[in-house]
Amino acid sequence: MILNRETLINLVLAALLLAVPFAADALGQPFYITLATRIAILALAATGLNLALGLGGLVSFGHAAFFGIGGYVAGILAAHAFSGEPLLFGLSGTKQMWVIWIVAAILSGLVGLAIGAISLRTSGVYFIMITLAFAQMVYYFAISWPAYGGEDGLSILVRNQFPGVNTMRPLTFFLICYVVLLAALGLFALIRASRFGTALQAARQNEVRVATVGIQPYRIRLTGFAISAAVTGLAGALFADLNRFVSPSMLSWHMSGELIVLIILGGTGRLFGPLAGAALYVIFEYALGGLTERWQFFLGLILLVVVLFARGGLLGLLAGKAKHG
Amino acid sequence: MKKILAAATLALSMSTTGMAFAEPLKIGMITTLSGGGAGLGIDTRDGFMLAIKNAGNKDITVVTEDDAQKPELAVQIADKMIQSDKVDILTGIVWSNLLMAVAPSAVAQGKFYVSTNAAPAALAGANCNKLYFNAAYQNDNLHEAMGEYANKGYKKMFILAPNYPAGKDSLTGFKRYYKGQLAAEVYTQVGQTDYAAEIAQMRASGADGIFVFLPGGMGIAFMKQFAQSGVKIPVMGPGFSFSQDVLPAIGDAAIGAKASGQWAPDFDNAASKKFLADFQKEYNRLPSIYAVQAYDAAQLIVAAASKASVKNADAFGAELKKADIQSPRGKFKFNTNQHPIQDIYLTEVIKQNGVITNKTVEKIFSDHGDAYAKDCKI
Amino acid sequence: MTLALALEQLLNGLQLGVMLFLMAAGLTLIFGVMGLINLAHGSLYMVGAFACATVAAWTGSFWIGLVASLAAAAAAGAIVELVVIRRLYDRDHLDQVLATFALILMFSEGTRWLFGSFPLYLDIPPLLQGAVALPGGTEYPVYRLAIILAGAIVAFGLYLLISRTRLGMRIRAGESDREMIGALGVDIRTLYTVVFALGAALAGLAGAMVGALQSVQVGMGEPVLILAFVVIVIGGIGSIKGALLGALLVGVTDTMGRFLLPKLLALFVAPAQAGMIGGAAASMLIYIVMAVILAVKPRGLFPAAHA
Repeated sequence: MILNRETLINLVLAALLLAVPFAADALGQPFYITLATRIAILALAATGLNLALGLGGLVSFGHAAFFGIGGYVAGILAAHAFSGEPLLFGLSGTKQMWVIWIVAAILSGLVGLAIGAISLRTSGVYFIMITLAFAQMVYYFAISWPAYGGEDGLSILVRNQFPGVNTMRPLTFFLICYVVLLAALGLFALIRASRFGTALQAARQNEVRVATVGIQPYRIRLTGFAISAAVTGLAGALFADLNRFVSPSMLSWHMSGELIVLIILGGTGRLFGPLAGAALYVIFEYALGGLTERWQFFLGLILLVVVLFARGGLLGLLAGKAKHG
Repeated sequence: MKKILAAATLALSMSTTGMAFAEPLKIGMITTLSGGGAGLGIDTRDGFMLAIKNAGNKDITVVTEDDAQKPELAVQIADKMIQSDKVDILTGIVWSNLLMAVAPSAVAQGKFYVSTNAAPAALAGANCNKLYFNAAYQNDNLHEAMGEYANKGYKKMFILAPNYPAGKDSLTGFKRYYKGQLAAEVYTQVGQTDYAAEIAQMRASGADGIFVFLPGGMGIAFMKQFAQSGVKIPVMGPGFSFSQDVLPAIGDAAIGAKASGQWAPDFDNAASKKFLADFQKEYNRLPSIYAVQAYDAAQLIVAAASKASVKNADAFGAELKKADIQSPRGKFKFNTNQHPIQDIYLTEVIKQNGVITNKTVEKIFSDHGDAYAKDCKI
Repeated sequence: MTLALALEQLLNGLQLGVMLFLMAAGLTLIFGVMGLINLAHGSLYMVGAFACATVAAWTGSFWIGLVASLAAAAAAGAIVELVVIRRLYDRDHLDQVLATFALILMFSEGTRWLFGSFPLYLDIPPLLQGAVALPGGTEYPVYRLAIILAGAIVAFGLYLLISRTRLGMRIRAGESDREMIGALGVDIRTLYTVVFALGAALAGLAGAMVGALQSVQVGMGEPVLILAFVVIVIGGIGSIKGALLGALLVGVTDTMGRFLLPKLLALFVAPAQAGMIGGAAASMLIYIVMAVILAVKPRGLFPAAHA
């Protein structure tokens, strides 16, 4: 493998994200581990969106729906495991993370399939708006449905378990999230290089040409959208475990906007774009927040400058122009 | 969002009442300082800091951060305050949903939580905790008081609240005491700004009284629209619907509305007068009920810290529970579930010297606790 | 349910629809002419409301405030167009979404910076206070009738502007072929600024009128913005006629849903339950309507020529 500049930067990023929590642990500053975990999880969610947005060119303004569904899967399963009440058809809840992950990914994927099936009939601005509308539907449902806390959200009193380790220890939980993130990045790289991924990217660039070689762009996109939803849903489950809490704010349209922001900040369509973006975003948030109560103003300003003048995002600045395809 | 607004180590020179504590005390205040609900958080912070300043003790440090009314942010700040700032006590959260995200895990980590406002039923009954205190009320209290008040002279009430847990608790609390007939029970969308459809229903309902629980901007919108509708049915609500933070924006449309509260600016006791004067001098505006609650929370903490070390949770908790303070509310003590037992009054919105404010009318409840204390086994 | 109540609710739906139309008209005009998707439209609505409240407080006159709101929103729109939006016309929708999302953050926090966190006071002018009797024995607020009337006037005015004036001709030309009108020697940059300011002024007007009914506070534009997007997507993006019909459809559906769904459910379950579940269903109703319409007609009810 030739180590080009972007690959090198990617390796440095991955190593840095791994090193910071160990350093923080050694220095007795566990809060920085929490911050790094947050970066890893947001990067995972954005990696999911990057499949649809970066590869497929599908600007989904509704991925918060999948993020929130994943979160609620974690919250609801844990709540039932805690109370001992059966869930559906006599199935009980669970506190096992890996079961929660599978359920979260499958459920988000299925909802993604349903939303995608209708939304992908449209394109352009219509697609952006219809995905937003579906996310709003889920949001209002979560707020007004009384069974699982409504607007108050749902607390997970003790973080869910993973066989053989103590997940309450910040460093352990970080490592779990880190490994899941690496796996998702691996999946992204695999898909990008696969026949399916090539078709997805080709459909973005020239729909007509793809159709003429006998591939149905609609099916390719729908599959891509569902996988994208599943990965973001998995991130939502981890996010709920990080905060030990899930609420409708995970489903709000600001969340959808933030996920897009992460990708653009890092660099659209790039493998490590979401990670670079998430790191930058969380650091901005933390550093600016420490400086001024008006941090949102400056965050907006920085975003604006990035969109207008630094279109490749952080990786674009560091590694030069992306090679597409 | 990680803003350290006031890492205030206060100077001793201000006052002679400050005496050294057994241990320095570090308080983490998480409250809403940006976004639509910032008004409540700012009053909370200012009321709290006023009492800290009056205590004039250099052993108290308060770290304040903004939660932007987002639960996940509040959790993150709480983690940081506990893990990195090493605070002893958390306080300041305005909203029940944020409190439910923060308080259970904070007390599980052995930290005290003294609530300045949010008081969900979930933490008052079977899930009460030795380390969790509420200096404000229990969420249902003010609604219960209005239910009791409505029994006098109202036979058919139209009741309305937003469709979220605090809204449901509100109407449940109202119905717990109200014995008359209900014209309708309506739940509106959270953050709704247009109430034309509901006002039309009120007009057609034949109700002789209306009870609304609509905090913040929702209440402002409702009252203004109601005043224009030509519907002449009297409106009442819990104190938050007509608190000082929203009254200026409602304007004259609020005049005459009845509400329940544990405090109003016209309270005739020395502590209240001092609080009012100090607050207006310091911040140049009228305090809301949120400021009073936070002021008392700070007083409670200061009083306990002067007697016991916060590191000794049992002793400190016992001192907190004695509630040895002069509250602007008058009588104040803790129930078995560490929620207040206090008097609740009927207030009326009036215009006085051009300022719209609340005036006390009569006492509704004496020494009122809450319905959940019996389930609490501390 | 009486006829009077149904009539009152219908008027309420109409009034909400008219208000949404003022928002949606600007959005759809901007999209139709410049191909730009502007999330910050809700911020211009907020600017209008704040300008009106501030000026009305200074001068004691709502009407001067109303004029100020038009001027302030148009000015804010023009400045934003000159500084930011102009660079976005050639970009894809993703960049537009993001840049205008950033503008929302800046507008909201900037407004809080200037005006503080507490809601401002803005009252209905004395002329329009109170209620009038309607046929059927009910009463209806004069101010809401005035909003409906104002919306109708604006809709008619827009129709005249677009179909009868030179500016309107250019707008129509811009909608059908953007490159061509530049080639014809029309100063396209000025045209874009004017159209953007016009859309902003409409949003500002809506904000000021609604501000007197609700509370003037930071973030007030966001719920309206999302509804306005639903409207233009249902109506067909770029179509003023679609925006008008979409707005009325959304306004009436939303109002009637909130009113009728809980009553309908009350036939089957206990009133408290019906209120809660009906409320939940009503808040999702317009999004369901939108999904159904787009599933059948993916480009809205009145698809514009391009887009």
